[in-house]
Amino acid sequence: MLIRLLRDRLGAYRSWVAAVVVLQLLSVLAMLYLPSLNARIIDEGIAVGDTGTILRLGAMMLAVSLVQIVGSVGAAWYGARTAMAFGRDLRADLFARVGTFSTRELQHFGAPSLITRGTNDVTQVQMLVLMACLIAASSPIMMVGGVVMALREDAGLGWILAVVVPALFVAVGFVISRMVPSFRLMQGRIDEVNRVLREQITGIRVVRAFVREPYEAERFGRANDDLTAVAVRAGRWLATMFPLVMLIVNVASVAVIWFGGHRVDDGQMGVGALTAFLSYLMQILMSIMMATFMLMQVPRSAVCADRIVEVLDTDTSVVVATEPVAPDPARRGELELDAVTFAYPGADEPVLADVSLSARPGQTVAVIGSTGAGKTTLVNLVPRLFDATSGTVRVAGVDVRDLDPALLWDQIGLVPQRGYLFSGTVRSNLRHGRADASDEEIWAALEVAQARDFVAAMPEGLDSPVAQGGTNFSGGQRQRLAIARAVVRRPGIYLFDDSFSALDLATDARLRAALAPVTTEATVVVVAQRVSTIRDADEILVLEDGRVVGRGTHDELLVGCGTYQEIVASQLSAEEVGAR
Amino acid sequence: MSEQSRGKAQEFKATERIEAPAGGPGRGPMGGGMVGQKAMDFGPSAKRMMARLAPDRWPTLLVAVLTVASVMLMAVGPRILGHATDLVFNGFIGRQYPAGTPDSELPDAVRGQGVVAGEGVDFGAVGQVLLWVLALYVVAALIGWLGGYVLNGVVQRTVRRMRQDVEEKINRLPLGYFDRSPRGELLSRVTNDIDNISTTLQQTMSQLLTSLTTVVAVLAMMLWISPLLALVALVSVPLSLLVTRAIMKRSQGQFVAQWRRTGTLNAHIEETFSGHSLVKVFGRQHEVETEFARQNDELYDVSFRAQFVSGLIMPSMMFIGNLNYVVVAVIGALRVASGSLTLGEVQAFVQYTRQFTQPLTQVASMANLLQSGVASAERVFELLDADEEVPDADVPGTGAVTRGEVAFEHVSFAYDADRPLITDLSLVARPGQTVAIVGPTGAGKTTLVNLVMRFYEIDGGRITIDGVDVTALPRAALRGRIGMVLQDTWLFEGTIRDNIAYGRPGATEEEVLAAARATFVDRFVHSLPEGYDTVVDEEGSNLSAGERQLVTIARAFLTDPALLILDEATSSVDTRTEVLVQQAMAALRSDRTSFVIAHRLSTIRDADLILVMEDGAIVEQGTHAELLATEGAYARLYQSQFAAAVQE
Repeated sequence: MLIRLLRDRLGAYRSWVAAVVVLQLLSVLAMLYLPSLNARIIDEGIAVGDTGTILRLGAMMLAVSLVQIVGSVGAAWYGARTAMAFGRDLRADLFARVGTFSTRELQHFGAPSLITRGTNDVTQVQMLVLMACLIAASSPIMMVGGVVMALREDAGLGWILAVVVPALFVAVGFVISRMVPSFRLMQGRIDEVNRVLREQITGIRVVRAFVREPYEAERFGRANDDLTAVAVRAGRWLATMFPLVMLIVNVASVAVIWFGGHRVDDGQMGVGALTAFLSYLMQILMSIMMATFMLMQVPRSAVCADRIVEVLDTDTSVVVATEPVAPDPARRGELELDAVTFAYPGADEPVLADVSLSARPGQTVAVIGSTGAGKTTLVNLVPRLFDATSGTVRVAGVDVRDLDPALLWDQIGLVPQRGYLFSGTVRSNLRHGRADASDEEIWAALEVAQARDFVAAMPEGLDSPVAQGGTNFSGGQRQRLAIARAVVRRPGIYLFDDSFSALDLATDARLRAALAPVTTEATVVVVAQRVSTIRDADEILVLEDGRVVGRGTHDELLVGCGTYQEIVASQLSAEEVGAR
Repeated sequence: MSEQSRGKAQEFKATERIEAPAGGPGRGPMGGGMVGQKAMDFGPSAKRMMARLAPDRWPTLLVAVLTVASVMLMAVGPRILGHATDLVFNGFIGRQYPAGTPDSELPDAVRGQGVVAGEGVDFGAVGQVLLWVLALYVVAALIGWLGGYVLNGVVQRTVRRMRQDVEEKINRLPLGYFDRSPRGELLSRVTNDIDNISTTLQQTMSQLLTSLTTVVAVLAMMLWISPLLALVALVSVPLSLLVTRAIMKRSQGQFVAQWRRTGTLNAHIEETFSGHSLVKVFGRQHEVETEFARQNDELYDVSFRAQFVSGLIMPSMMFIGNLNYVVVAVIGALRVASGSLTLGEVQAFVQYTRQFTQPLTQVASMANLLQSGVASAERVFELLDADEEVPDADVPGTGAVTRGEVAFEHVSFAYDADRPLITDLSLVARPGQTVAIVGPTGAGKTTLVNLVMRFYEIDGGRITIDGVDVTALPRAALRGRIGMVLQDTWLFEGTIRDNIAYGRPGATEEEVLAAARATFVDRFVHSLPEGYDTVVDEEGSNLSAGERQLVTIARAFLTDPALLILDEATSSVDTRTEVLVQQAMAALRSDRTSFVIAHRLSTIRDADLILVMEDGAIVEQGTHAELLATEGAYARLYQSQFAAAVQE
C-alpha cells in the first residue's frame, strides 16, 4: 500500500525527485572523493616531502567540500519541496474523497478516525518521504560508491568488505528484529495503561462511590508492571545496538590495518591507500546504519499509508446521476417515500422496512418511536445522505437519485439532532443557511426560532463568535440557532430530527407556534420523542424496529395504535391523557 | 439519544487526539526541530526530575562510571591505532631505501622515527599494538553495553514510579480538581506527558553523558597529539554551535508557523468531517473545499520553509566537519613533512575531529527534546503538587451506615469561595424514606447528594448519618453503604458481568444474576449474542443509553446499600424504556433511604418527602399533595408539567 501510494503520488514530482537523486549523487561523490584526495596527500605529498602538492591537493579538497555542500543543500531544498507537496496533495485528495462520501461511509469510518487519517497519518507518511529524500536516497549511493572507491584503492582488501558488510547487516538486522516486536508490544501496553487511567478519570465518581480505589490501583499497578517489563526488554536491545555496531566497526578497522599492513609491506598498496580504505569502510558502515534506522520507520508509516489508502479506495454509495433531472418548480416541497427499505450491508435486520409516506407543502408529518427505531435514518434518506436499499424517495415529484444534488439540497432545511454549529459568528452560521440573507432576514429567522432574545442580549449581537461545534452556547441555544439556520433558508421541506428535545415545553410550544406561519408553503417533517411536540401533526407515523406500526392523527392513534398508547402513557399520567 | 451521547464521546476523543502534544508523529526530522511547549522553569524542574532518580542512585552512579570509562577507552583507541599506522608507514619507507642508508638521507617525515632502512614492516610490533587495540575495543564495548543495560533499568523504574505516583495522586485528589481541569487536558498529562518524559530520559540521559565525556576525552587526546592542530579543531566548535543556533533560531520561527497552520488546517478538517451532513445539505461543499485548498497551500509554503531550513543543519555540520578535515589534513601533512608529527598521529587526529563535532551536533539537536521533556515533567509535577483531600479521620471502629438516617444541619457550601451555592441548609431524611429533590438546573440538587457522599468538603454546619458526623467516618466506610446511580452512565471496558460485579467485589454469580434480573438487565442481555460475556467497549456503543443505565442500576443493586442516591438516572433514555428503569429503581428503593433527583415530576409523586430547591436553598418541602395545596413553586412546576422536563 505504501509503495503504491508513493509510486502513484510522487509521479507528479518526477523532476524534483530526479533533482534530489542527482544532487545527492553529487554530494555523495564529493564525500567519497575526499579520502581519496587525502590518500594522495600522503602518498604524493608526505611520503616524498612535496609541500606544493600537499597545498594543491588541499585546495582541491576544499573545492570538493564546496561541491558537497551545494549538492546536499540542493537535495534538502528539493527533498523538502517534494515531501511537502506530496503531503499537500495527499491531504487534498483525502479531503476531496471524504467530501464525496455519504453519511454511510462516514459512519463506517467514524468522523474521529477520518480526522486522524487526514491529519496525523498524512503527516507520518509525509515525514517518511522527507527522510527518504534526505537520507535513504544517499545511503545506497554512499554504500555502492564506497565499495567501488574502496576497491579502487585496493581490490586485495575487498574480502574484508565482503565479511564486514554482511556481518553488520546481520547484527543490526538481528537486534532490530528483536527490538521491533518488543516496541510494538510496548505500544500496546502503553495504550493499556492509558486506557486504565482514562477510565479512572472519566469514572472517578463511580470509582469513589463504590470505594473501588484499591481495586483500580491494583489494576493500574498490573498494567504498569506489564508495561515496565516490556519497556525494559525493548530498552535492553536498544542498549545493545550501539556497542555492538561500534565493536564491529572497530574490529574491522583493526583488520584493515593488519592485512593492509601486509599488502603495504609487499608493495601492493600505498600507505595513503590504506588510510583511504579505512575511511571508505567507515562511510559504508555509517550508510548501512542510516539505512537501517530509516527502514525501522517504514512499518509505522506503512500502517498509516494503509489507513489512508483505505479511505481513498472507498467509493461513495450515493452516486450522482450522470444526466440529472431538474425538479418541477410547481411541485416544490412535495415529498414522497414509496415502500422504502434501508439496510446496512451484511446486517440481518433492516433499519427501515417498507416505509411509505407522502406530504405536500403546508402539511406536517411527524415520526415517533423509541431510540433505534430508524427515525433518523428516515430523515437522512430525503437529502440523500443515504440511498434507500429498495423503494424510492421522491422530492418535487422526481426520484432523488435523478436530481442534481445541489438542486435537491436547495429545497431542504435540515435541523439535525445535535445542534452542530460551525466556527465563525452567529451571522456567518445563519448565512450557511442562505448566503445572501440580509440582517433583517436573519433577525426574523432568529425570532421564529426563539433565539432573538439571547442573541440580542449578547454584546456583539450577530457578530458574537461561535466556537467550533457551537460549544460556547448551551444545548438549547445551539438547537435554536440550528433551527434559525434552516428557517432563513426558506426551504421547501423542513426536516426536524428530534430538534426540539433540548427545549423546555414552553419554548417548544412558542417555537412551534411561530413556525406555523413561516411553513405554510413548505412540507414539515418532525421527528420527536415527546408526544406534546407532535400531537397537532397532520399525520403521525409510529415507528418500531424500522416498521410503521401505526399512522394517523393523534386522536386516531390514541384509539387504534397500541404502541402509540404506550408511548403516550409513559409520558402523561392517566388523568392527563383523558383530560386533553 | 444514544446516538447523541455517543456523538459526544466521539467528539471528545477526536479533540483529545488532535490536541495531544507532540507524541510521535509530527515531530520534525531526526526528532529535532519540533518546537514543543517550553518549560517555564527549566532549571528547578530539571533538577527535580533528576532527584526522582534518587531511589536508583547507586545504579545511576554505576552508569556514570561505566559511561565515562567506556568513552575514555574508546577515545584512546585511535591514538594507539595511529601507532600501528606509523609502524606500517615506517616499514613502507624503510623498504624503499637500501639497508644501511644513514638516517640523514631519509625524508623529513620519518627521520628519527625509528625507521630502519632496508627493513620492512615489523609485524611483531604491529600485531602487538593491534592486539592491544582489539582488547581495548572489546572491553570498551562490554562496559558501554553494561552501562546502557543498567541505565535502561533505571529509566524504566523511574518512569514506573512516576506513573504509580500519579495513580496514587489521582485517588487522593478532591473531586473539585477534576471539575476544574478539562478532562482532555488532565488525560494528556497523565498519558502523553509521562510517555514524553520516558522517551526524553531514555534518549538524553546516556547521550548527554556520552557526548560530554567524549568531547572532554577527545579534546584531551587532541591536545596530547598536537596543541596546534587541536586549536584549529577547536575553532570549529564555536563555528558549528553558531551555525546550528542561527539555523535553529530561524527554523524555530518557521516551525511555530508550521504548527499554527497545521492546527488551523486540522481544525478545519475536524469541523468539516464532524459536520459532514450539514456541509452537504446546506451546499457548502465547494466553499469548504476552497477554504481547505487555501489553508493547505499555506501550510505547504510554511512547512516547506521550516523543513528546508531545519534540513540545512546536517549539511552545514557536514561542511564544517569537512572543512575541519581538510585543514587538519593539510596542516597535518605539512607538519608530518617537516617531521614534527607522525602520519599515524595525523590519522588519529582526523578520526578525533570527526568524533569531536558529532557529539556537539547531537547535544545541539537534543536541546529541543530536552526542553519538551522538562516541560512535560513540569506539568506532571504540577499535578503531583496539587492540594489533596483532607485525610480520613483516624477513628478506628466508628460504626458504618446501618439505618440510613441522614441529617443536614445548617450546611453551607461553595465550589468557588466568592460564589456561595448552598447556605444554611437543614433537612432530615428518616430511615426508609424516599426523598425527592426537584428544581431547575444549577439549584444545587446534585451538589446536595455529592455532599452526602462527601465528594466535597462542606464549608459550614455538619452532615450526619445515623447520628455520626460524616467527617468522622472513613470515606470507605461511608461510601461503602451508599449506592449511587449517576446520570453519566460510566461503564468500563469489560464484560457486562464484570461491570455489574463492580458494585461488590467477591459477589457470587448467583448474586450478580439476581441483581440483573431484578433490574431488567437480564431481559436485554439475552438478546445479545454473547450474553453476560458481551464486552462493553469504552464508548459503550454496543449498548443503548437505556441499557447502559440499567447496568449501572444493577451495579448499585448488587451493593445492597443502606442508602441510595439516584441522580437523574433516567434522563438519557426514551420514555418507554424509562418506565422499565423506573420499575427497576422502585425495586431498588424499597426499604432503603433514598435520594432521588428527577426531572419528571410524575416519577416522584409517591416520594415521602419532596424538596424543591432554588438557588441552593430549599424553598418548599412536603408531600406531593401538601405541596400542590400550597400552590407555590412546586405547584407551578407541576402545572407546566413538562416545562422543567429537559432543562439545559
